[in-house]
Amino acid sequence: MLILSDKMKKRKIIEFSIEKLLLASSLISILTTGGIIIVLTIEGVAFFKEVSVIDFLTDTEWTPLFTQKHFGILPLLSGTILTSFIAIAVALPIGLSIAVFLSEYSSVRFRELIKPVLELLAAVPTVIYGFFALIVVTPFLQKLIPGMSSFNSLSAGLVMGIMIIPYVSSLSQDALLAVPSSLREASYGMGATRLQTSVKVMIPAASSGIIVSVILAISRAVGETMIVAIAAGQQPRLTLNPLVPVETITAYIVQVSLGDVPHGSLEYRTIFAAGITLFVFTLILNNISYWFKRKYQEKYE
Amino acid sequence: MNNQVKNRIKDKLFSIWGWISVSIGIVALAVFIIDILFDGLPVLSFRFLTSLPSRIPEKAGIFTAMMGTVWIFILTAVIAFPLGVASGVYLEEYGIKNRLSKLLEINIANLAGVPSIIYGLLGLEIFVRIFRLGNSILAGSLTLALLILPIIIVSTREAIKAVPQSLRDASYALGATKWQTIWYQVLPASFGGILTGVILALSRAIGEAAPLIVVGALAYVPFAPTSPMDNFSVLPIQIFNWISRPQKGFIQNAAAAIIVLLIITFLLNGIAMYMRNRWQRKMKI
Amino acid sequence: MISAEKEILPILNQQELYTVEPTHLHVASSDIVETIDVNVFYGDFHALKDVNLAIKKNSVTALIGPSGCGKTTFLRLLNRMNDYIPSHMVRGKVLINGVDIYRDKIEIEQLRKEVGMVFQKPNPFPKSIFENVAYGLRIQGIKDKHLIHERVINAIQQVGLWNEVKDNLRKNALALSGGQQQRVCIARTLAVEPDIILMDEPTSALDPISTSRIEELILQLKQKYTIIIVTHNMQQASRISDTTAFFYLGELIEVGKTTDIFTNPRNERTERYITGRFG
Repeated sequence: MLILSDKMKKRKIIEFSIEKLLLASSLISILTTGGIIIVLTIEGVAFFKEVSVIDFLTDTEWTPLFTQKHFGILPLLSGTILTSFIAIAVALPIGLSIAVFLSEYSSVRFRELIKPVLELLAAVPTVIYGFFALIVVTPFLQKLIPGMSSFNSLSAGLVMGIMIIPYVSSLSQDALLAVPSSLREASYGMGATRLQTSVKVMIPAASSGIIVSVILAISRAVGETMIVAIAAGQQPRLTLNPLVPVETITAYIVQVSLGDVPHGSLEYRTIFAAGITLFVFTLILNNISYWFKRKYQEKYE
Repeated sequence: MNNQVKNRIKDKLFSIWGWISVSIGIVALAVFIIDILFDGLPVLSFRFLTSLPSRIPEKAGIFTAMMGTVWIFILTAVIAFPLGVASGVYLEEYGIKNRLSKLLEINIANLAGVPSIIYGLLGLEIFVRIFRLGNSILAGSLTLALLILPIIIVSTREAIKAVPQSLRDASYALGATKWQTIWYQVLPASFGGILTGVILALSRAIGEAAPLIVVGALAYVPFAPTSPMDNFSVLPIQIFNWISRPQKGFIQNAAAAIIVLLIITFLLNGIAMYMRNRWQRKMKI
Repeated sequence: MISAEKEILPILNQQELYTVEPTHLHVASSDIVETIDVNVFYGDFHALKDVNLAIKKNSVTALIGPSGCGKTTFLRLLNRMNDYIPSHMVRGKVLINGVDIYRDKIEIEQLRKEVGMVFQKPNPFPKSIFENVAYGLRIQGIKDKHLIHERVINAIQQVGLWNEVKDNLRKNALALSGGQQQRVCIARTLAVEPDIILMDEPTSALDPISTSRIEELILQLKQKYTIIIVTHNMQQASRISDTTAFFYLGELIEVGKTTDIFTNPRNERTERYITGRFG
C-alpha cells in the first residue's frame, strides 16, 4: 500500500484541482453579493453627492424625471408598503388557514395532492398576474367601488396576495408538521377539538416558523415588480388610499429602465438609490427571518 | 355540554373555511385562465407564433420574443447548471464546518431573498457596462443565471443530503477517492432531485421580466436573434409591452402570448413534479 | 543495525516505496494486523483504550461485545473509515503488513483496496450486478474489458452467486434478495483482491438461510483472505472464527482461540457476556 503509482499521483492532482474548482464556483455567490453591494454603493455615493440624504429621506415628493426635481423616497416607499400590506392582508389569513387545515384537518393524501397545485400559484410568471390585476380585477372592483382609478394599489395588492399564498402556506405547514405530535396528542387527550388544538397548541408551538414564512412573503411582496408596474400605476404619491395610482420602488426602476436615460446622469443614478432602499429593506427582512429560523430549528433538534 | 357543542360547531366552521381558503387561490387561477383563454384563443394561431412584431395588432406575432426566450433559456441553463451544482456539491460534500462555509450559507440564504430587479441593477453595471456586453442575450442570461443560482444550489444540497451514507461508505471502502465517490455514486443517485430544482429554477427564469428590462432587453425587436450578442426581447416583456397599449387588439395579443407562456411554465413545472415523484420513489428503496 | 537499514532502503526505493521506519519490518510475518496501544477518541468520548491486538494471516477473527463497546470502531480503524467523523482522533500504532497506517505516508485509497469492508446492511449501488462488482476495478482506472470481465465473474463465482445470476448480470442489484445483495457486496469487495476483509455484522439484516450461506462463504474465503468480523451472535462467532476478541467499554478484555474463549474464558466479564448474563 506504500506504492504511490503515477496513476495515483495523477488522481491526487485531479482531486485537488476539482476541489478548488468547486470552491471557486461556490465563491461566485459571494462575488454576487459583493457585486450587488459595490454597484449599489458606487452609484449611490454618486447620487448622494448631489442629493442630500436628509432630502432623500424626508422630502415628500419624488419627481426626478420632471423639471421641478424632488428626490424624496417616501412616496415610493409608501407605495411599496401599501401594496405589500394589502398583499399580506390577503395572504396571511388565507395562507395560515390553509396550513392549519392541511396539517391538522386533511388527510396525508389530500395534502400531498394539493401541495403542487398551490405551488403553481407561485410559479406563474408575475407579468401574467399583472395582466390579471389590470384587465380582470380592476374592472370588476370598479363596478363595486365607483371612482376607483384604473391604476390602483388595491387590485395590485390583492392579486399579489394570491401569488404569495403558497409562501405563507407551505412554510407554515412545514413548521406545524415539525411540532412533535406528542403535543398534539396531549391536547386531544384532554378533549380539545382540532380547532382548539390548532389555535392553543400548534400555532404557538410553530410560531417562529410561521413568522419566518410571513416575513419571507413580505420580502417577496416588497420586491415584486411586474404586478405593481402594470396595475398600480406610475405616479409616486404619498398616500394610504388604495384606490388611486401609486408607484412602488420596483415600478420606478422599471419606468426609468424603459425610457432613454443616459448612463451617468442623475436620473440614471436614482434607480440605484431606489435600489439601495429596496435592498436594505429586504436584507433586514431576510436576516430577521434567518434569525427566527435558526431559533426554531434549535427548538426541535 | 353547551360549551362542547359550541366548540364542535366552531371546529366544523373552520373546516369549511379551510376548504374555502384552499380553493380561493385555485379558483382565482382557474377564473383567470378561463378569461385568458376567451381573450387569447381567437388570436392564437400559427401566424401569431411565427410573425414578427408590428404596430398593427392583427399583424403582430411573438416569433422574436419566443426566440429570445429560447435563447435565454438555453444560455441561462448552460451557465447556471454547472455553477449551481458545483457549489451545491462543494457546500454539502467538502464544506467543512468553518467560518467560510457558514458565511457561504448565510450569503446564499440572503441572495435567495434579494428581489430580482436588484439582480437587474447588478447585471446593468457589471455585464452591460463593465464587461461591455451591451443589451445582449448574453448579458441577460448571465444576470438570470446569478438570479437562479441560489435556487439551484439549495435544491442540489437537498438532493445530495437525501443520498444515504451507506452508498458513500461502500464506495470509499472499495478505495474510491472523494471525487470518484461523488461522481459515480452521489451525483447519479441525486440527479433526479437536482434536475427537478434546475427545471423549476429555469421555469422561474423565463417568466422573469423585471431584471431583463433593467439590463435593457427591448420591447420591440424587429428580427429574431441569431447570436448571443444580439439584442432581444422575451415573452414576458412582449406581454408587458402589449398590456401597456390602449388598443383592444393588443390586449388580445397579450392574452394569446400569456397562453403560450403559461403552457411553457406549466409544462416545465409538470416535468419537474413528475421527476421529483419518480426520484423520491427511487430514493425510498 | 545500520548496515541492515542500508540493505533494506535501496530495495524500498527500487519499488518506489515511501521511507518506512525500519522497526515496522520486524513484525512477525504471520501477523497481518497489529495494533499497539491504540486509543480512539470522538471528541471527549474515549472509544478505544490501549488496545493491543495481533491478527494472523488467513484466519477469521470475531470481535464480540455489547453495543457501544468499541468493536465497530476497532473494525473501522483498520481501513480508516472513521476518518470522515470530524472530531475523531487516533493515538498509538495500527500496523497492517507492518506499515503504520496512521503515521506513515500512505494512500488511503490504496489501503482500502487491501483492506476491504462489508457492511451491516447490504448496500449495493443502484446499478447492475455486473457494475456493482466491477466498480472497484473501474475506479482504479482499469480499462481492460477482458480483465474486468474475468475478475467480476471470478468474484461472483467465489461468493456462490454465479448460478443464480449468470443470466441477468445486467439486472439492478437492488432487485435481488437481501442475502443475494450481501453476497454481491462481498463479491464487490473480492473483485478488488484485498488481503483483509472487514465485516461489520454482515448477517444481522438477513434471514437464517442466507446467514448460513454467508457463514459457509466466510469459511471458504479464509483460505485466501484474512477476515475480521464483528458479530452480536455468539453462535456465529463460535461457528466461524479461529480467534475471538471480547471488547467491553472500549477495552480489549480478552483475546484467544475461539474454543478457549467459549469453553474456558479467563476473565469473568467475558464469561458473563458469552453466557448471556449481560449485553
